[in-house]
Amino acid sequence: MDLPHHGYRATKQRARAAPPTADSVLFEDTSSATPAMNSQGYYTPGYNMAGPPNDMQGGGGVNNLFTDPMANAAMMYGSSLANQGKDMVNKEISRFMSVNKLKYFFAVDTRYVLKKLMILMFPYTHQDWEVRYHRDTPLTPRQDVNAPDLYIPTMAFITYILLAGMALGIQKRFSPEVLGLCASTALVWIIIEVLVMLLSLYLLTVHSDLSTFDLIAYSGYKYVGMIFTVLCGLLFGSDGYYVALAWSSCALMFFIVRSLKMKILPSLSSDSMGTGSSAKPQLRLYITVATAVFQPIIIYWLTSHLVR
Amino acid sequence: MAFTLYSLIQAAILCVNAVAVLHEERFLSKIGWGVDQSVGGFGDEPGIKVQLMNLVRSVRTVMRGGCPLHVYTNWLV
Repeated sequence: MDLPHHGYRATKQRARAAPPTADSVLFEDTSSATPAMNSQGYYTPGYNMAGPPNDMQGGGGVNNLFTDPMANAAMMYGSSLANQGKDMVNKEISRFMSVNKLKYFFAVDTRYVLKKLMILMFPYTHQDWEVRYHRDTPLTPRQDVNAPDLYIPTMAFITYILLAGMALGIQKRFSPEVLGLCASTALVWIIIEVLVMLLSLYLLTVHSDLSTFDLIAYSGYKYVGMIFTVLCGLLFGSDGYYVALAWSSCALMFFIVRSLKMKILPSLSSDSMGTGSSAKPQLRLYITVATAVFQPIIIYWLTSHLVR
Repeated sequence: MAFTLYSLIQAAILCVNAVAVLHEERFLSKIGWGVDQSVGGFGDEPGIKVQLMNLVRSVRTVMRGGCPLHVYTNWLV
């Protein structure tokens, strides 16, 4: 069995029959020094151990379970069933969204996450906002700090829900239903914002390469600001809450405007195509500014009831 | 304002229903939003109104093709 040399991540326990070479670019483990060789091929230990015990029938095997041929057969059957189930699930999911595109957004490492969090909180010193490409495909977040990712928004969303539960518990207003309500409210606001952005980008025929996942990523970055605001509100009271709200709002607005400007308003940076009417660049600018202004409103709306 | 996922689904259904109810000949042509009035620009800048009309028409076409709501829209047509 041909196993690739560079290891997959330890959390990715999916064996592939023929690993495509494009994936090796995504999942080269850059944050740890030693390659995780033992995490490849979750199903291979079963096959490897099925080999030798067949030779020593009932001998002093390491694991007595595998000397029994019936248990052997049962385990191989079970693992083949699991493989079939996994393939079926993959096929169904890939009808709705491309799993490869989704994996691009989760190809992050520690260095990227730290730099991105710093940029989100203090974007004023960051110089180069251009997303770099490599032969027409955008670089993964590991190699380009400007690329959007979905790891930070997902983690920030979950952390925000936990923090909301904690804040309500401090005020003795907690019950398990409130947690679900808070989660679904925040999720619904993300969905609304992404839908409004998609609709406005479609209506203005902006031919950018912003996919749905990109928009979800940019919408989810506000949760980092929300967490910071709620924490300051809990630690320092109402004054700390408003100061942190102002700080994270300004930082987020700056971040959103600089990031989306590169994608939505390309004609302003280079020479214009000539057929663009005078209304178009203004409308695109309005979209960018409206998105930016929407962020502090949502941050205030979703956190003010937590810090009373 | 505590939104639930159910209220989002309700809002989506009401919006789709609104798009279904706007009849092509009886209403949209009267206010200048009919699809036959959209063959304006041949260039690459269709404009907001044309895009919106195309969106309304494509939503209506998708609904006529696929889902059980097509019985309701056929009654309107």
